[in-house]
This record gives sequence, structure tokens and C-alpha cells, in this order.
Amino acid sequence: MRIKALLIGATIFAAQKLLRLGLLLIAVAVFTFVLLSLSPIDPVKAYIGADMMQISPEQQALIAERWGLDQPIWSRFLDWLGQLLQGNMGTSLVFNQPVSQVIALRFQASLQMLAIAWFLSGLLGLGLGIIAGALQGRWIDRLIRLYAYTLASSPTFWVALLLLIVFAVSFKVAPICCAAPPGVLSGNVTFWQHLHHLLLPAVALSIIGIANITLHTRQKLIDVLHSDYVLFAQAQGESLWNIIRYHGFRNILLPAITLQFASLSELFGGSVLVEQVFAYPGLGEATVQAALRSDIPLLVGIVFFSALFVYTGNTLADLAYPLIDPRIQLGGQRSL
Amino acid sequence: MLSISNLGVTFTQYDQGLRRKQLAVITDLDLDVKAGEVVAVVGASGSGKSLLAHALLGILPENAALSGTMRFKGEILTPERCRALRGKTIALIPQSIGYLDPLMTVGGQVQRVAQLAGRAKAEASASVSKTFARYNLSETVRDRYPFQLSGGMARRVLVSTAVVTQAQLVIADEPTPGLHPDVVVETLNHLRELAVEGRGVILITHDIEAALQIADRVAVFYAGTTVEIAAAKDFLSGNLRHPYTQALWRSLPQNEFIPVPGNQPSPEQLPVGCLFSDRCDWVSETCTAERPQLRELRSGWVRCVHAKG
Ligand code: SF4
Repeated sequence: MRIKALLIGATIFAAQKLLRLGLLLIAVAVFTFVLLSLSPIDPVKAYIGADMMQISPEQQALIAERWGLDQPIWSRFLDWLGQLLQGNMGTSLVFNQPVSQVIALRFQASLQMLAIAWFLSGLLGLGLGIIAGALQGRWIDRLIRLYAYTLASSPTFWVALLLLIVFAVSFKVAPICCAAPPGVLSGNVTFWQHLHHLLLPAVALSIIGIANITLHTRQKLIDVLHSDYVLFAQAQGESLWNIIRYHGFRNILLPAITLQFASLSELFGGSVLVEQVFAYPGLGEATVQAALRSDIPLLVGIVFFSALFVYTGNTLADLAYPLIDPRIQLGGQRSL
Repeated sequence: MLSISNLGVTFTQYDQGLRRKQLAVITDLDLDVKAGEVVAVVGASGSGKSLLAHALLGILPENAALSGTMRFKGEILTPERCRALRGKTIALIPQSIGYLDPLMTVGGQVQRVAQLAGRAKAEASASVSKTFARYNLSETVRDRYPFQLSGGMARRVLVSTAVVTQAQLVIADEPTPGLHPDVVVETLNHLRELAVEGRGVILITHDIEAALQIADRVAVFYAGTTVEIAAAKDFLSGNLRHPYTQALWRSLPQNEFIPVPGNQPSPEQLPVGCLFSDRCDWVSETCTAERPQLRELRSGWVRCVHAKG
């Protein structure tokens, strides 16, 4: 009975998730297409750049025709959709490479940075939040909160620039840009060189997430510490740190995981700015180029891909819930 | 075993403008409990019943200040002593399943209570098994989560938390509301059994009827003070001393069902004299001049100047 109920739940869950994903992707694609068609940037001009004067209007028209830019937006959209269904995401105008290849390459570079930033912000945020929540009102709580509020209100690119100035310019312990030392072929980059170039952008990126996670964890822990079951634990003689260990941790884990996966989209957004500041050749940097030069296929591809990425993250979080909270079941029914 | 005299609990609060306010939530509370006895503490909400339990367990909020004396087995109960005894010698049976961690198995939690009471892991596990068996809870219940328990099971699990500690004083906080009548009887019998085994039991409740079924004595609280301590049989024999106890007794459905008019005074503006004076039919000038002392009367205790022998 139980197994069968679980199976049904899982099937409903999968069906719901897939349906929602489909709708989300269509919406994202339409939205991006419409936004870009309203953009004042002419892709042909953006492509040719400074050589514009030397190219005749006929040649420009030829380029436009070659790329299908003379077609109305809806026919370009249908075209693109048809190709996509066959697994072809189109060719990037900026990189002159298939979009899927550009994304794969750039994402590899970004992924490591995102992963480091994600773990760092999750661990530090959770740790700081627990300390602040447990010692609510003490000086250490005030210090952590001050730190979190300061971080939360400083723009990402500013933090990134500050780190760059301090560590790369003043102390010269970190490289000033890029993913590898200049003049070294990508095949010859050692692991340490790689990490060396990765670390500062990753730290800059993680700082965005920390403040949010810290403040949320702190609040949630305070709520838990004021609950009836913690009162009862105190009545049994449980100490504060053991209360956190046995009850606090369990009960803040669920919101923490939700937040951690939700922060993926923020990190993704943050990486656009951070990669720009550090000239790090990741997906974020490619996004900026694609947007500035009206590279519709690449931009839509990236938007598509990031939606998929964030959605997968959230689905993983959903899958983790029933493992932590037995009251939650897949497929939406909450038994009680 | 336990004797409390003139207990006072005052909360310090800051209202807007950072003015300090002292809220006397408990004033002159008296209670004594002997081993093997069930003492019911009855009173409306806000009468200080639950705060008494919190004071005994040392879990009052940080802004609370205590006065008066509490003695446990002859020794003065300081807040430090309370903290040392709780979970070992003094145990709480909480109000509802909401006092268990929703994300931890029932067995795990009761096991933890046993360990906190000073048992080693294996011994604690054995005592959980024994206690669960005693209360007809199968071994599979250990793996359940609180939300998976029926009302009756939940009550038995909560009683188990006190039994695995081997505490000598058990405080049961409002164990009966919202339960099926059969479960109420069962729960009360479990508490009675604990007393028969030699423990002292404090039954905190607003349900006089339930209290009378198992209590030896009843302490009636009003606005944070003990107005009367009577034997359970005094209720049926009409041997009640304090006008509030009498009014409370009359207000029961099977009696005259006349509600007691008025409300308890708020802790922000307690009268100088008797706390019950604004609702009392016998009030006189002596009553409002100063607080009446608790005095012995007809082998019980009463805090009223006009109660007669
Ligand atoms: S002391 Fe006076 S006011 Fe208070 S209960 Fe007794 S008679 Fe009533």
C-alpha cells in the first residue's frame, strides 16, 4: 500500500515538474525574443562594429538575409523553436560557433566558480546564522548582523572591485583577471594556476549569498528556539548547544536547503557581474557579450540553459524535503 | 517533598519609550506536595499555574525575577538547583504532542530524555522499551514521528517521557483538554499510578472535575496567588473555605452552572488588598486594606479574612 502510494506520488510529482518546466521554458523563450526584438541595438551593426563604414547597404542586407534577420520576429521564433526541437540551438553570431558548444565551454568555466561560491556561501551563511541565532542579542550576534546587513546592501560589482583592489592590486596575492596566466595555452594550465584564478571571483560571488543565508538561518533558529519542543527539551535539562544539535539543526535544515537552492539563481545572476569585473571567461561574461551585440540565439540559449539549471536545482530541493521532513510527501499531498 | 511559600515572579518589561515596567505575575504563591500524593493546581488561565511549573523547572524567561522560597526535600531550590534537578528528579509531562520535535522519531526523543536523566545509551534504550511496553506502545511506535500518533498514543508517549527519568516529582501540565473522554480517564489513571509508586504529582489543570477524580488535594490559584488548599473530598462535602473556590465549584455544569462574574485583576494594576475583592460578595474594609495571609482553617488553607471555621 505504502509503496504504491509512494509510486503514485512520485509519478504525479514527475509529471507536474515536467509540465511546469515545459511551460517555463516556452515563457522564457517568448519573453526573451520579444524583449530582444524591442532592443534598439541592430545585430548587423553590432556584428560588424567599427567596419560599418566600409560595408555597403547591399552587403548589410545580405548579412541580414543570411541570418534570417529580415524575417519578422514570429517567423524567426518559430524557426528557432523548430530547430531546437531537433536539438539544434542555432549558431552564435558573436562566437561563430554552435550555441550549444559555446554554452558547454563557458559553463564548464563558470561551474567551478559557482560551485565554490555556492558551498562557501551555504556553509558560512549557515554557520554564522546559527551562531547569531543561538546567541541572539549578544555582541557576537550584533557583529554578525552588522556584517550581514552591510554585505546585503553593497552591490556585487563593488564588492568584486574592492576584492580585486585589495588582493590583486595592493597585496598582489591574486591574479588581476582571466582564467589562466597570460600567454599560457589552456592545455598547459596547472590545477593550482587554475584554482588561483578561480578563487577570488568565487569568493566575491559567495559574498552575495552569505548575508541572505545568515539572516534567514538566524531568524529560523530563533523561531525554533522559542518553540514548545525546545522549551520541553530545556525542561529535560538539555543544554543550548545540544538543543541546536538535536532539534535546531533538523528544523532549520529544510528552510536552509530551500534557500540554498533558491540562491542558485542569485548566484547565476551575480556571476554575470563578477565575471565582468574579473574578465573571467565564463557563462556570465558570454551573456553580457550576447546581450550587448544582440546575439539572439546565444542569449536565448543561455537564458534557456540557466532556467533549466535553476529549475533542476529547485527540483533537487523538492526531492530532498521528504528525506528531512516525514510529513512532506512527493506529489504535493501533505499527510496529517 | 516540595514546599513553596510566598513565591513571587516578576517580569521586567520595557514598553515604548524604554520605560521599565514590573509585572507581578505571581504573588504569594503557596503549595506543598508530599511523596505519593497527587496535588491538583486549578485556576483560570493567567492564574500562574504554568508559570509555577516553569519556575520549578528553571525555564522562566530571562527577564523574570523570583522571590519567596521553594524547598525540595528540605533543600532550598535556587535557579541553579532547579537546573540541576530538572529532567532527573523533577520531570515535566507537557501539554500536548506539540512539545515533541516534529522531525525526530518518538523513540529517539524518549531515549534522549532517558539519557539526559543520567542513563547510559543501552540502559536508556532498555528503559524506553520497558516503559513503552508498560503503556501498551508497540516497539514500532519508536520509529514513528509525532504526527503519526493517535491522541491516546500521544498521551502515553508523553507520560513515558516522565517515567523513563524516574523523577520523584512529576508535573503534568494541562494533560486533559481536547481529549476523548476515555483517553482522559486513561491519562488520569496513569498519573494516579505514578503517585501510587511513590512519586509526588502536580496536576496543573483548569478542569476541576478531572482534578477531583484523582487528586488528594486541590490548590486553587487566583491571579498568581494561592487562595485555598483543600482536600478533594471537601468539594463534594461542601467544606470549601474561600468565596472564589465556592464560586468556581458552583459554576460547574452539574452544579448550579452560574459563571463567576468579572475577571482576574491584571498584573499591571493589582489591588492593594485582597486580589479577589472586586468580585467578592463578602468584601469589607479589612479586605481592601491589606493582602490577607494564608491561614489554616478546617484542616485546609485559605487566604481570606472572612472565611469562618
Ligand atoms: S479577603 Fe475579603 S475580599 Fe478577599 S476573598 Fe475574603 S472576603 Fe472576599
